[in-house]
Amino acid sequence: MTKRIVIDPVTRIEGHAKITVYLNDQNEVSDARFHVAEFRGFEKFCEGRPYTEMAGITSRVCGICPVSHLIASVKAGDAIMAVDIPPAAEKLRRLMNLGQIVQSHALSFFHLSSPDLLLGFDSPPEKRHIFGVAGVDPKLARSGIRLRQFGQEIIEALGGQKIHPAWTTPGGVRGPLDEDECKRLRGWIDEAMSTTQAAITLFKSLVGKYQEEVNSFGTFKSLFMGLVADDGTWENYGGRLRFVDQDRKIVADKIDPADYQEYIGEVVEPYSYLKSPYYKPLGYPDGIYRVGPLARLKLCEQMGTPLADKELAEFRNLGEELTTSSFYYHYARLVEVIACIERVAQLVDDPDIRSPDFRAYAGVNRLEGVGCSEAPRGTLFHHYHVDRDGIIQKVDLLIATGQNNLAMNRTVAQIAKHFIRNGKATDGILNRLEAGVRAYDPCLSCSTHAVGMMPLIVDLVDPSGNVVRQWKRDG
Amino acid sequence: MAIKTLTIDGQLVSAREEDTILVAAREAGVNIPALCYVDGLTPVGACRLCLVEQQGTNRLQAACATKVQEGMEIVTNSPRLHEYRKMILELLFAERNHICAVCVANNHCELQDMAVRHGMDHVRFEYLYPQLSVDVSHEQFGIDHNRCILCTRCVRACHEIEGAHTWDVSGRGVRARVITDMNQPWGDSDTCTSCGKCVQACPTGAIFRQGSTVAEMERDRSMLQFLVNAREKKQWNV
Repeated sequence: MTKRIVIDPVTRIEGHAKITVYLNDQNEVSDARFHVAEFRGFEKFCEGRPYTEMAGITSRVCGICPVSHLIASVKAGDAIMAVDIPPAAEKLRRLMNLGQIVQSHALSFFHLSSPDLLLGFDSPPEKRHIFGVAGVDPKLARSGIRLRQFGQEIIEALGGQKIHPAWTTPGGVRGPLDEDECKRLRGWIDEAMSTTQAAITLFKSLVGKYQEEVNSFGTFKSLFMGLVADDGTWENYGGRLRFVDQDRKIVADKIDPADYQEYIGEVVEPYSYLKSPYYKPLGYPDGIYRVGPLARLKLCEQMGTPLADKELAEFRNLGEELTTSSFYYHYARLVEVIACIERVAQLVDDPDIRSPDFRAYAGVNRLEGVGCSEAPRGTLFHHYHVDRDGIIQKVDLLIATGQNNLAMNRTVAQIAKHFIRNGKATDGILNRLEAGVRAYDPCLSCSTHAVGMMPLIVDLVDPSGNVVRQWKRDG
Repeated sequence: MAIKTLTIDGQLVSAREEDTILVAAREAGVNIPALCYVDGLTPVGACRLCLVEQQGTNRLQAACATKVQEGMEIVTNSPRLHEYRKMILELLFAERNHICAVCVANNHCELQDMAVRHGMDHVRFEYLYPQLSVDVSHEQFGIDHNRCILCTRCVRACHEIEGAHTWDVSGRGVRARVITDMNQPWGDSDTCTSCGKCVQACPTGAIFRQGSTVAEMERDRSMLQFLVNAREKKQWNV
């Protein structure tokens, strides 16, 4: 018998996870847990740095969604400076965030999840990756990679580089977008749109095959949280927080993101380095809520652009019960990509983004600031305390993936209970456990799992805490 | 003005007698690496990167602080010099917390350029990871001791060109720090004129304009030499 918790050194770096499945005396699954076995320490080592450097430092949290941190961080900086940034700056930041959402969602759908959807959850693992998809449907794989490139090139056009462009600053941005770049992006919009629409058609044609997965990948009651505009339109940069329940009934609305701590509590569970946030008024763990694409679609009244609104109407027609399944995160992601492309098309034609007034300057006028924006995976908060000179005293980062922690745990338990019989799990079942987590597109998978497998350990544990069996995969 | 003739890397070079080996070499197109030296300021020979070999002696000379002599034969690049220079750079990196990826001077940093030039792909010494502070009490500028290499360009620019002598060095060896006035916060300095010459002189991201984000800190170091020339040639009638 091995010991109960096995943490391989391989798992202690970014992007590594572990799942434990618990069995009862009847050899049935009693519970399952999703562990994040990585520790980063950003909140600690940022102390002592000037707040103006925080965007550059915190964007290093992740190579897939650095822009989300660049934006949340400088919004916290805006709050510390107590400035209202120039309209051009807001539009330019929005444009970069849209590029970020497109590239990240394209990565999630085409590179990471389409192998499961197109080739099947039980397909052989050596084929279950983007190259496997390219073998079966080269056009899909190529267009998906191009779609991601479109998003990345928006980021590069603005910030000079695709990854970690330190282009946003407290008070605004470092430069406008020139006309040549606008022209280049304009020429790409039709292709990006047709790729996304083809992907939606594909998803709709495949979802019927996966009813068992739809019914077991996180179909539980929970709240959903995210930013919405004051008129209820889908948001990704500004707006205020809204909580709805699984029936889209508004639970809390028009919450200033700066007051997030009044509504969101966090508990630390001994089995994971990822904290578990919950909606305070309902307590822990009843205050479970989900964030991200599915949540944002649940929250909003409309997407605000014609093609995306058409898709939203279809999504609503599926009914609230069905779309409570986290399997529909995939669908929601594609609807959001459509909305993003439509908004990019509007912004590149907006003369404001070439305005010379893109950066406000000010000193420290407040000792505390909260920045909030929608990252591809959900609502992201940066909360800083500074001294009079602007030196960081305390940092609190509330990351989207963290807010889905409770939901991911519950999803893993649901999948394990549904598929594992007599303590036996096939490779296909293990892949479903992974895919259940992957539906949330957690950030920890980003860096390592683009070649088909998340480095994953699954422990099967009997009631006395002994590991009955362990499956292990390296990435 | 007497002219001296010497050989630098096998090339015959004529130089003014008051020139240093480093200046003579640069005028002849041989770029001897240096971090503490900057045109317009008195050389101090602190960084030791400009060490060169001289025929006839085993002792290495600091090119920035050694005057040319008739008949000198100088070698500016050899495996031994390259190894020493790389080691000096590694020691500089190990001594403080240089995190290029999030530094305001990334891509515009002389220390970084030197490391690239010398193929410094890793550091063989244990990092000290000292706990150092950032002083942003000044209204416009900041000093991050994590990135300071004690080249003392700021001290010399402030003393020799601006005449304020706000900057100085306290402590010895690994505990040495550049300080403002009587080791008080920069913002409380009575002597600082906020002229910004130290900001232009700094080779790394140690002294920076406040609000700068990653890789945003570009400098104009020729400004120092320009000021010195203009003053010496009395280009201003004051």
